Amino acid sequence: MDAAKTINQIASLVPDVSEPVDIHAAPTKAFRRQDMIFHRITLLFALLVLAGLFGILASLAVEAIPAILEFGPSFFWSNIWSVPDDRFGARIAIYGTLVTSVIALLIAVPVSFGIALFLTETCPTWLRRPLGTAIELLAGVPSIIYGIWGLFIFAPLFSEYVQPQLQKALGGVPLLGELFSGPPIGVGILAAGIVLSLMVIPFVASVMRDVFETVPPVLKESAYGVGCTTWEVVWNIVLPYTRVGVIGGIMLGLGRALGETMAVTFVIGNANRIATSLYAPGNSIASVLANEFGEAAPGLHISSLFALGLALFVITFVVLAVSRWLIRRGTAKQGI
Amino acid sequence: MTETSLSNQDVQPAEEVALKVRNLDFYYGNFKGLNNVSLDIARHRVTAFIGPSGCGKSTLLRTFNRMYDLYPGQRAVGEILFNGRNLLDRKQDVNLVRAKIGMVFQKPTPFPMTIYENIAFGIRLYERLSTSEMNDRVEWALRKAALWDEVKSKLQQSGLSLSGGQQQRLCIARAVAVRPEIVLLDEPTSALDPISTAKIEELVDELKSEYTIAIVTHNMQQAARISDYTAFMYLGDLVEFGVTDQLFIKPQKKQTEDYITGRFG
Repeated sequence: MDAAKTINQIASLVPDVSEPVDIHAAPTKAFRRQDMIFHRITLLFALLVLAGLFGILASLAVEAIPAILEFGPSFFWSNIWSVPDDRFGARIAIYGTLVTSVIALLIAVPVSFGIALFLTETCPTWLRRPLGTAIELLAGVPSIIYGIWGLFIFAPLFSEYVQPQLQKALGGVPLLGELFSGPPIGVGILAAGIVLSLMVIPFVASVMRDVFETVPPVLKESAYGVGCTTWEVVWNIVLPYTRVGVIGGIMLGLGRALGETMAVTFVIGNANRIATSLYAPGNSIASVLANEFGEAAPGLHISSLFALGLALFVITFVVLAVSRWLIRRGTAKQGI
Repeated sequence: MTETSLSNQDVQPAEEVALKVRNLDFYYGNFKGLNNVSLDIARHRVTAFIGPSGCGKSTLLRTFNRMYDLYPGQRAVGEILFNGRNLLDRKQDVNLVRAKIGMVFQKPTPFPMTIYENIAFGIRLYERLSTSEMNDRVEWALRKAALWDEVKSKLQQSGLSLSGGQQQRLCIARAVAVRPEIVLLDEPTSALDPISTAKIEELVDELKSEYTIAIVTHNMQQAARISDYTAFMYLGDLVEFGVTDQLFIKPQKKQTEDYITGRFG
């Protein structure tokens, strides 16, 4: 009979389970050994990263020892940087690094906030993708490009059209006026801060956009439901809800601004002094390193440069670690 | 009373009408979510919307305060008359509508701020009150939501520290605090345990003396217990609308009968 035949066929497809199969039998052992080797190899690759990190840290520290022994810990706050006298201190460079980064953030944070707010709240759908992509592309522009653009195009325009006007408007204000005094030569601390802000904006804006998107729509709806305008929803609901993540994004931008080398070296003016005016040229840790390594004589000078590098490493490491931690806390909090 | 003579959209003649919906169509892009819906919502009564998932009941509720405006591609055509004005009118101030027609959602959504601020926040948007007036108003709203006794000692704690049921009552207090005329409840108890649900149902019963309430619910017993009018919707159509007892005891339409006796949905 056909039916019986079919049943037999089906039965033959079913594996014979009358004899129990030992699932721990020999062939799996080979697999397990393969797995173990695979595991070891990938672990090795991962450890290479850690080894690299600690290797860099250690070599920086070792090379920095002569300078720190010579000048003591006061190396980090002494403001003398004199190659002929063989006297070195880190204050000028640390000051330049911090001030340019702070200027960059003062500009980048409000602008990025605006960008992120527009992208998540008010942007028409068809524009959302292209605009988001454009901002991410901006993050990928090599820093040397920002550098030459800053030196050859931005700085001349800045000294001709912006600096004199800024001086005219704010020069008379006590204290604040001091920051905008001196000859408007374009390159300097302020120009470096502004160019840096352009480089930082894409990072801060895209992190802000991502954390804004973690706000549950129903939470926003309920705020709109009591009659909030978009601005009131963003300011009172979205921002408090994402506060931690937003701070993390800002720190990420700060980390990038602190370590930025090429663009800053081009536009900061490279002068080893600290002036009150933001128009004055200065130096940052990264720009000193970039400028002086080539011609530094072995000995104290090289060692001092390594010590500067160590300082930068520690500053950026702390900033990045804090920002990672804040972002993680920010995203973990999203489930209400 | 001649309840049987009512057409499918009207409330009883003695009632005042708070919201008059006429020939309302709703579109999600090209998909039509509501088909020519017309009904009246009686003032200071509870109107329940029932029907299987996707029948359009939440969609209808969300047109009442123009919540759909937040999403591009969603639009409503027709008339919703509120105090003599068409809510769907482009010129209508949406924020003002939402202050007058409050909404409570399926999941409790306390704002990320203190219990006190959760209530005061909405009030501050439209009124300038002194500290003592504000304190009074916050207490009043929390009492209305039967939450005052449970939270009066911890007003400065985060709204997120409350239990789910308490959070939902906080949301009701928040909606009531701005003194709306209508309160929309979108499945307010579906995420709550039976005891919290009972509390919210009691609350709805008390609130209707001062507010007009429209509630979407999946729970037919709930609709039968707390509402004065019930609308049964199916696939974007308003199938049957009438006095709750009538609709549950003697439904006019076959579909309604099938649904409330559990034959589908």
